[in-house]
Amino acid sequence: MSQILLQQIITMGAALMLLISFALLAQKRMLSLLHWFALQGIVLAAVTALVAYTSDNTELYVSAAITLVLKGMLLPWVLWKIIRQMHVHREVEPLVNIPVTMLIAAALVVFSYQVTLPIEHLSHLITRNTIAVAMANVLLGMLMMITRKKAITQVIGFLAIENSLFFAGVGATYGMPLVAELGVAFDVLIASVVFGLFFYQIRDTFESLDLNKMENK
Amino acid sequence: MTIFLVNIAQILLMVLAAPMAAGIVKKMKARLQNRQGAGIFQPYRDLSKLFGKEMVLADHASWIFRAAPYIVFTSTVLAASVVPVIVVDSPFSWTADVIALAGFLAIGTFFTALAGMDIGTVFGGMGASREMTFSALAEPALLMSIFVLSVTAQSTNLSVMIHHILDAGILLKPSIAFALIAMLMVSIVENGRIPVDNPGTHLEVTMIHEAMLLEYSGRHLALIEWATQIKLVLFATLIFDLFFPWGISTAVATIALLTALALWIFKLILFFVLLVIIETGLAKMRLFEVPQFLSTAFFLALLGMFMHYILEVGAQ
Repeated sequence: MSQILLQQIITMGAALMLLISFALLAQKRMLSLLHWFALQGIVLAAVTALVAYTSDNTELYVSAAITLVLKGMLLPWVLWKIIRQMHVHREVEPLVNIPVTMLIAAALVVFSYQVTLPIEHLSHLITRNTIAVAMANVLLGMLMMITRKKAITQVIGFLAIENSLFFAGVGATYGMPLVAELGVAFDVLIASVVFGLFFYQIRDTFESLDLNKMENK
Repeated sequence: MTIFLVNIAQILLMVLAAPMAAGIVKKMKARLQNRQGAGIFQPYRDLSKLFGKEMVLADHASWIFRAAPYIVFTSTVLAASVVPVIVVDSPFSWTADVIALAGFLAIGTFFTALAGMDIGTVFGGMGASREMTFSALAEPALLMSIFVLSVTAQSTNLSVMIHHILDAGILLKPSIAFALIAMLMVSIVENGRIPVDNPGTHLEVTMIHEAMLLEYSGRHLALIEWATQIKLVLFATLIFDLFFPWGISTAVATIALLTALALWIFKLILFFVLLVIIETGLAKMRLFEVPQFLSTAFFLALLGMFMHYILEVGAQ
């Protein structure tokens, strides 16, 4: 495949990543939120595999495989299980209404483009244009953590940030060393278990996953 | 001189073929729903019948009500004259750009809404308020998705934009893909097609566009219906021009023009097949979901704009 075509496909993947981040913010139902989150993992894995193909990097293939299994399948499945078992209310409850959140998100994209432009000028990789998108994705994940009431949606925001950081790593430097990659993947797995335990604790103590109730107690 | 003739011919083509296009859509829809359906020339018969019929005007009707059909029809034909159908660089396309085009369409919408309120019936006012709510949201989305292509071509003139896309060749650009989806969503709303509005409905409560026209009859109704049919073909042609201009003639030569014409008809039919499948497959959405639908379209177009600057221009 020609370099230009590969670059265009990677660009398309980056565009999809940004679209998914916006979609995550726009979702009103917990289940569709999970679907988009799983899709983010799958697109991330696909982009990673493409970058691995472009740069002839075997370690990156391993990262892509781990991403697909862990972030595309396992984590969404675990979260789905938790939602089912804990009878979480099906609606996502935003603190700020959704159109306003989207406008803030649009402003964040412009901001991150402005901030990362000097970094992009330093890079010569064909993925350099994706750095701004990855940065925007991180900020959008944070926005999601800030503007949601429930613990589960906040955790999805956190995991989306983790996905975006991985994406930033792939775009900026063709991925981190495999050891670091494995460590992070393992951390995320452990974190999801810890989060799961926290959910149960929070619900047992406060009888709700709404974090505002913790403050009012 | 010939290019003027070709230009006038392409305007006439769009205006005169529009009822047939509406007939084809209705026929295809009927076949897909296992009905026989009326022939594709039925809209012509409807129009000629309406033109011959006596008009009934309400006592309270002011000049706005009587002038609105002519204004709507004229503004739609003017908008149609700007859009290149089979030949680029047509003289009329240099007289106005896409912003003026959106303006022409807005004048039509504005006067339809005014006429809906003029008589003072409940349904007219209701339809007008709905139409205004949606078009206030649809217009930014429409312009934003056109601007994505405008910044690529660095012009808002349709002919320049078409030339740019023809020169660039087929490229896999996320910005253009996003703009296309946004544009399709907007054109569904602007034309009052099914997931948003039902053009064939007889239930006043669910009407949006039709509710404003309930009081019209005879010649006035014929003009407005014709304008609606032209608008559908106009939007389809605009989408072809902006996203799939391949095949359009760049010079006034008989063979090139005929090929362009054949390809235009082919693209139009493909577009209608897509439209009919969407209309048959989807149920009408709730009225309060339409603003959300339109804001999605707007954000898709906005994302397309970001994609253009971040990923395609980027750090090159």
